[in-house]
Amino acid sequence: MKSLAELEQIRKKALEDVRLRNSEKDSTRVVVGMATCGIAAGARPVMNAFIEELGKRSLGNIKVTMTGCIGVCRLEPIVEVFEKNGTKVTYVNMTPEKAVRIVAEHLVNGRVCLDYTIGAAEK
Amino acid sequence: MQIFRAHVLVCGGTGCTSANSEKIISELEKNIENNNLQNEVKVVKTGCFGLCAEGPIVVIYPEGSMYTMVKPEDVKEIVEEHLLKGRIVKRLLAGDTEADDVSKSLDNVEFFSRQHRIALRNCGIINPESIDEYIAYEGYKALGIVLAEMSPQDVIKVVRESGLRGRGGGGFPTGLKWEFAIRSKNEQKYICCNADEGDPGAFMDRSILEGDPHSVIEAMAIAGYAIGANQGYVYVRAEYPIAVKRLEIAIEQAKEYGLLGTNIFDSGFDFDLEIRLGAGAFVCGEETALMTSIEGKRGEPKPKPPFPAVKGLWDKPTVLNNVETFANIPIIILKGAQWFSSIGTEKSKGTKVFAIGGKINNTGLVEIPMGTTLKEVIYDIGGGIPDGKKFKAAQTGGPSGGCIPEGHIDVPIEYDTLIELGSMMGSGGLIVMDEDNCMVDIAKYFLEFTVDESCGKCPPCRIGTKRMYEILERITGGKGEEGDIEKLEILAKNIKSSALCGLGQTAPNPVLSTLKYFRDEYDAHVSDKKCPAGVCKSMLSYVISDELCKSCGICARNCPVDCISGEKGVPYKIEQEACIKCGACMEKCPFKAIFKNA
Repeated sequence: MKSLAELEQIRKKALEDVRLRNSEKDSTRVVVGMATCGIAAGARPVMNAFIEELGKRSLGNIKVTMTGCIGVCRLEPIVEVFEKNGTKVTYVNMTPEKAVRIVAEHLVNGRVCLDYTIGAAEK
Repeated sequence: MQIFRAHVLVCGGTGCTSANSEKIISELEKNIENNNLQNEVKVVKTGCFGLCAEGPIVVIYPEGSMYTMVKPEDVKEIVEEHLLKGRIVKRLLAGDTEADDVSKSLDNVEFFSRQHRIALRNCGIINPESIDEYIAYEGYKALGIVLAEMSPQDVIKVVRESGLRGRGGGGFPTGLKWEFAIRSKNEQKYICCNADEGDPGAFMDRSILEGDPHSVIEAMAIAGYAIGANQGYVYVRAEYPIAVKRLEIAIEQAKEYGLLGTNIFDSGFDFDLEIRLGAGAFVCGEETALMTSIEGKRGEPKPKPPFPAVKGLWDKPTVLNNVETFANIPIIILKGAQWFSSIGTEKSKGTKVFAIGGKINNTGLVEIPMGTTLKEVIYDIGGGIPDGKKFKAAQTGGPSGGCIPEGHIDVPIEYDTLIELGSMMGSGGLIVMDEDNCMVDIAKYFLEFTVDESCGKCPPCRIGTKRMYEILERITGGKGEEGDIEKLEILAKNIKSSALCGLGQTAPNPVLSTLKYFRDEYDAHVSDKKCPAGVCKSMLSYVISDELCKSCGICARNCPVDCISGEKGVPYKIEQEACIKCGACMEKCPFKAIFKNA
């Protein structure tokens, strides 16, 4: 160890690994519907795509969690993104490819992928 | 980097390990693999969470769900329900985390929310075998700052102004101790860490070494820089194998990262650390005996002065601090003396870790701000006394301390108030006693411990404590004589003033404090030959009530010495001469017809 800067680098990297354990109440959450309907429609590859993509971008502060059936089983896989400010965006008919785009556009750049939302699907 | 959507933390402290947490970890790993979740879920072995009574403990993040008393058979359900389907397994949640159908995070459990964790800040949160996780929580930053930006005098100033006092028992100001050592001019100085935790029931030092070993290593390096020492020793008892192993791993990792060794942080400062294993003698927790033992000699104390800061290990100036004291240092450097001194009371700053045991619901480890009342610790954090029994007294300071009776339960816990009451802070063992405990028996227990552990070097301790023990044996054996209590008092006073080291000087304390608050119990033993709590076997008898006995014969069948006889229609009788007073009959009687006659 040569300097504080070097230590800080290790710290930043290590922090991403343990971030999940901090009770940051205001962190963004990606909630994947993982009831029978969701799993049957392919929710697991979608969730894995989120985890993998967030990992590539070192976004350990965004939590990926699961939930049960939301009720609109015909639109599964469903993913809801809860923002720090409390707003919620519901994405439907999800695929791993869509997940990658949501990470890049919505979670990184803050632009909601309107065409994937439940509003667009129900038009 | 790989991120995980869930972290499963399993307690790997000594308590949970002996309750089979290793098996839980292997079951978790197996089940996670079976469900193909190994890329999504990470299993982490941590140090003690503190709620040892409810172990083994498993905590799952991000929800913060706390599962208690987990058995290997439960693992399949946890993996398939919680980790696979996202459904919390309510039946395993810690008692008060389940409310209104929503599971609360462990931060909201009263046991944790009332604590203030400084020394235990990382215990149960990080993996103690990973230096990276320690660094993630600002580990080694204090050492970096100290070496880059502070002079040794600055460091000592911060520690002195923080008001930190030794957590091993004595309560000597840590900053002052370091200052004495910096003033002693010598080319070679040493830093020692006292991890020879010996008080029956105390296990905070073990838990810190098991849960956060790097905090002690970092603090020892800081202390080394402050006083000008480049070699440190951790004296830890060999009967703490998990603590020793994790400390070894931590030292190895710190060396790999260049946080121990030569030219740390490119500052020109060298510091190395070694472990010395003790054989578990209580006297080796006394500072001069500890250092004699490190030198490879028989662990016996030496007269003071000279104090270790002047002439310590191998006659060189030495600073010896306790594990918990060290664990406070890095965070004091990071957050400042003012932050630390704002916690606690005027004369006792910061927090203290207590190992609560005895007649208490939440047996375990808690860290509270100084000044918290004993009542809060026992009833709010500790969850009260089992079976609705009445609180009688709490023993602090182990065999060197004394008891605090019910009348003083509102006393704020700090160094000076406890001494005023005839007890002491000690290393932080807190043993709770209820109405079923005999205080003479308790005093005898602690004295037996010191008689066993006396090193034998000085006669007051070697012979005096033995004589006191003999008197107590007589009293509890129903053969107490007029004047015994006075003899105890004279012996206690003389041992206290003439013994060589802390062990002997404090050995009579449990007797003196129980005499101070429970003299009536001693009198009842000596004059009436009665043990009011019904503990001392020689003075109690079991009797069967003629009215309540239904002549079922269950007592007779359960009596290990066959001293109960009777027949159908006739109440059973206990033959008193043969009875060994084990109480098995009373426990087994379905009609509650057997009574203890104290």
